[in-house]
Amino acid sequence: MKVTVTVNGRKIQEEVACDLLLIDFLRSHGCPSVKRGCETSNCGLCTVLMDGKPVLSCSVLTVRADGHVIETLEGLQEEAEEFGAFIADQGAEQCGFCNPGFMMNALALFRENPDPNEEEIKEYLAGNLCRCSGYEGQLRGILNFLEWKKEAKQ
Amino acid sequence: MLTIQEYVKAESLEQAYELNQKKTNRIIGGMLWMKMSPLNIRTAIDLSGLGLDKIEETPEEFRIGCMVSLRQLELHPGLAAYTQGSMKESVRHIVGVQFRNLATVGGSIFGRFGFSDVLTEFMALGAEVELFQGGRMSLEEFSRRNYDNDILVRVILKKFPQDSVYLSMRNTQTDFPVLTCAVTRREEKVCAVIGARPARAVAIYDEADLLKNGVTDASARAFADYVAEHVVTGSNKRAQAQYRTHLVKVLTRRACQGLGGEAK
Repeated sequence: MKVTVTVNGRKIQEEVACDLLLIDFLRSHGCPSVKRGCETSNCGLCTVLMDGKPVLSCSVLTVRADGHVIETLEGLQEEAEEFGAFIADQGAEQCGFCNPGFMMNALALFRENPDPNEEEIKEYLAGNLCRCSGYEGQLRGILNFLEWKKEAKQ
Repeated sequence: MLTIQEYVKAESLEQAYELNQKKTNRIIGGMLWMKMSPLNIRTAIDLSGLGLDKIEETPEEFRIGCMVSLRQLELHPGLAAYTQGSMKESVRHIVGVQFRNLATVGGSIFGRFGFSDVLTEFMALGAEVELFQGGRMSLEEFSRRNYDNDILVRVILKKFPQDSVYLSMRNTQTDFPVLTCAVTRREEKVCAVIGARPARAVAIYDEADLLKNGVTDASARAFADYVAEHVVTGSNKRAQAQYRTHLVKVLTRRACQGLGGEAK
């Protein structure tokens, strides 16, 4: 089936199999940040933005993304770099495997709610599993980033 | 592993219904649970182009299309106000935001899963379903029916004056619930719906009028015991039947107390 998907601003037209998952389509088009984790729609590693909303690319058919706009970490370098520095400051990236999915969902949170409280952060990121950090460093990094953003605004 | 040979984005419900009569064809909702099965689908039928991804609110009711995501339910201000937050509470523990952006109301309700938070909440609120062929019926009746090849088009939630409280118990955050419990009070009658027993949700009405004179600690406990006596629970790797029955009592009592003493 022929699909047209806009990936990080680039329009891609291609003939794809009906059961090709979006994660595989994206990885074959230069987006290795999209990681395959649990494959049970639970871990959040494969998070991408579809029309601005975070979704699990391991659970979306590429044919369903036809006509839609997809963003991966490769397309959000500047936004991610700024925020990522605060995560690195806390040593919260650890092994790094969950980071792309975590970063994507955190950026989606900031777009949806620019000033979240601690509870809202935890709730929004509950679907991003990390087996090293214990989440505390990530939370500190997010709170520091938000504080820095506030100060920069003033 | 799920395999799909053909994919059709339906142009009408008639077309989708016709395709769905073949046993090897399937309607795909959010596809999250379906993806976990080793199914070989001949034709996947996608309803996402039929405008059924909207929540329409009128003064009388909410009309919730089958392709509405669980995240839409969570964020809808009208539903939040009408259900006093119980709608959000019923979905916010389901995996994560990314999952809830994909999972659909139709998939959750049509599946009548034995772990469903969504089925529990809508049943307690007295929702109806609209089936393409079968027409409208109460969700409670639909929940008892066997699977067939009809299409669930939308869920309808009448705006009865009612109070509702939703509670669930999970062993770990974002996991399947060990038990779900939604308690509602309308026209001074209380109903408790218990799901994740682990079987399809069931509704237990206060036929003994235990809460007739309002919710007190004693009447809430009495109704919780009554519900526990009437709900069959089972065991699986998450919990034993005995523990679930204990949870029925605890969650029903807490939910009743959450309703407060004043009837609407």
